Amino acid sequence: MSVATQDTAIRTGRVVRTLIYVVLLLFALFYMLPLYVMLVNSVKPLDEITGGGMMNLPQVFTFEPWVKAWSSAQIGVDPTGLSPYFWNSIKMVVPAVAISTVLGALNGYVLTKWRFKYDTIIFGLMLFACFIPFQIVLIPMAKMLGLMGMAGSTSGLVLVHVVYGVGFTTLYFRNYYAVFPTELVRAAQIDGAGFFQIFWRILLPSSGPIAVVSIIWQFTNIWNDFLFGASFAGASSQPMTVALNNLVQSSQGVKEYNVHFAGAILAAMPTLLVYVVAGRYFVRGLMAGSVKG
Amino acid sequence: MGFLDIVNTTKSYGAVEVLHNIDISVEEGEFLVLVGPSGCGKSTLLNMIAGLEEITSGEIRIKGGVMNGVHPSKRNIAMVFQSYALYPNMTVGKNITFGLEMHGTPKAEREAAMHKVAKLLQIEPLLDRKPGALSGGQRQRVAMGRALVRNPDVFLFDEPLSNLDAKLRVDMRTEIKKLHQKLGTTIVYVTHDQIEAMTLSTRIAVMNGGYVQQLGTPQEIYDTPENIFVATFMGSPAMNVVNAKVAIENGRPVAQVALHDGSLTSLPFSQENMADWAGKEIFLGIRPETITDEDAADRKSNNIALMTNRIVVTEPAGSDTFVTMVMGGKDVVARMRSDAEVKANADFSFAVNMEKAVAFDPVTEKRIVP
Repeated sequence: MSVATQDTAIRTGRVVRTLIYVVLLLFALFYMLPLYVMLVNSVKPLDEITGGGMMNLPQVFTFEPWVKAWSSAQIGVDPTGLSPYFWNSIKMVVPAVAISTVLGALNGYVLTKWRFKYDTIIFGLMLFACFIPFQIVLIPMAKMLGLMGMAGSTSGLVLVHVVYGVGFTTLYFRNYYAVFPTELVRAAQIDGAGFFQIFWRILLPSSGPIAVVSIIWQFTNIWNDFLFGASFAGASSQPMTVALNNLVQSSQGVKEYNVHFAGAILAAMPTLLVYVVAGRYFVRGLMAGSVKG
Repeated sequence: MGFLDIVNTTKSYGAVEVLHNIDISVEEGEFLVLVGPSGCGKSTLLNMIAGLEEITSGEIRIKGGVMNGVHPSKRNIAMVFQSYALYPNMTVGKNITFGLEMHGTPKAEREAAMHKVAKLLQIEPLLDRKPGALSGGQRQRVAMGRALVRNPDVFLFDEPLSNLDAKLRVDMRTEIKKLHQKLGTTIVYVTHDQIEAMTLSTRIAVMNGGYVQQLGTPQEIYDTPENIFVATFMGSPAMNVVNAKVAIENGRPVAQVALHDGSLTSLPFSQENMADWAGKEIFLGIRPETITDEDAADRKSNNIALMTNRIVVTEPAGSDTFVTMVMGGKDVVARMRSDAEVKANADFSFAVNMEKAVAFDPVTEKRIVP
């Protein structure tokens, strides 16, 4: 059987191959089309868009919409642009990603190398957290944040995202550490390293690939989150996504599509950047442990 | 009381007892090998000495101090693992000194100890490399270096050679033995390889099913195995164990064994007390190397029995020729010198050194003590 398949693989002619590539290329172009529309229209004056040439390349090239979206567009009541909200998002995302990743690593470490009774049940419950729809927890979460005095604050949002993310990060790290040789931990124990020393000195330095996966996943999710931001953020802690919505949905004045497009790209930029910088580790990390190396 | 005492120690996982009342006392400088098939509990016992597994009941003492519940790092032991367990993110030098660092040894002292050990094991050029860039034999050395540098009371080896290829394994075996002779340290060594056990140890504990089957010097274990398990586990090829019937001929006890055609041959016992078993069935244990041609028979032996039997297969192995025949309905292997003139499907006159033969009780499978 294997000989036969190999034969057909070799005989796949140039025609078939070209066809495959053409189809793939068409899909890729189709998939990229929205990005093209956004990019092209974000560097046009408004009248070129309202004039009906949405798919055309700009006749007059301008960065005006970008500058406006960043620093002076009307968001809600204030003409602040997106920049303060961008920093709000950063202030929320960085600690939330860092805390949830470190907690996930610690959980994974404990669940694989310091097994205790019912640990699989606890892991199962944590996994369960990955499948709870956001909407269900909105009201209880609002109540809890209120009780803790964290309503409407950035730290409140950080807490919400950490709680939600820790299920995923624990899953990643647990599976990664499950194939991490236990003999290394035992050797370190005999060498006299304590619980945290083993974690910091032995396990974490070997966790690069899975840490990247966890960071990309958490960064993308938290940065792109709208629901929690819209529900729990105060006026001074609204994240980028909510601000973008307020920019686009504003009911007064002319709809400045070029500014909207620029703002949308600005909002998507950090996740793109993270993926471009760390993306090649992403697949590697996801595959880690699945193939014996 | 010895240097390392394992006193009446058991280990249970829930209701299942995996180690039963182990009693071993190791003297200072001894090389004890725990040997047995996989699942016999030898690694569990080693982990209990190391403190990586708890002791269910009984006591483990090192230098007289009770170790139950003492943290592995406070037992002054060092362990070499099967996978070497080198920290992949640290250099060889760091790997070796990590234990000292954790125990708060000053940096200068650590460096000095590291260089001393590296020199001893000839791994000085490797100190700045990561374990990933080392060969199997080099990793093995680094793992031993990491154990040596701590200057521990007891070394624990957990199948340290099983990841190496055959040739390197033999070299490292010699090296470990040399190291032991040079340093005179106390070693407990786990292996499933009976040749490693025989060559390295000063004493062997043969384990099976969570019991110590026999504890003794390699010679004792080999020549006077306490039961059929020990007899067949130790030695390669394994000891031949065949059905025999005890009879008295000319006032001497003999073992009557069926040959290939069903005819009986009488092999006289050296053990006088076998007369007590006259008329009863036993198992007769004969080591392959005690069946030879007449010329190669042990001249010092007072009890060489001759028998003619049909050869089934010959396997020349260069240094020896292994000859298979049928005795008591079973295949029996003889280890002959390589130039013995043996041919398959031909009759041959064998000489059996009955001084070395052992008899086993067919019910208890224990050796019948002379």
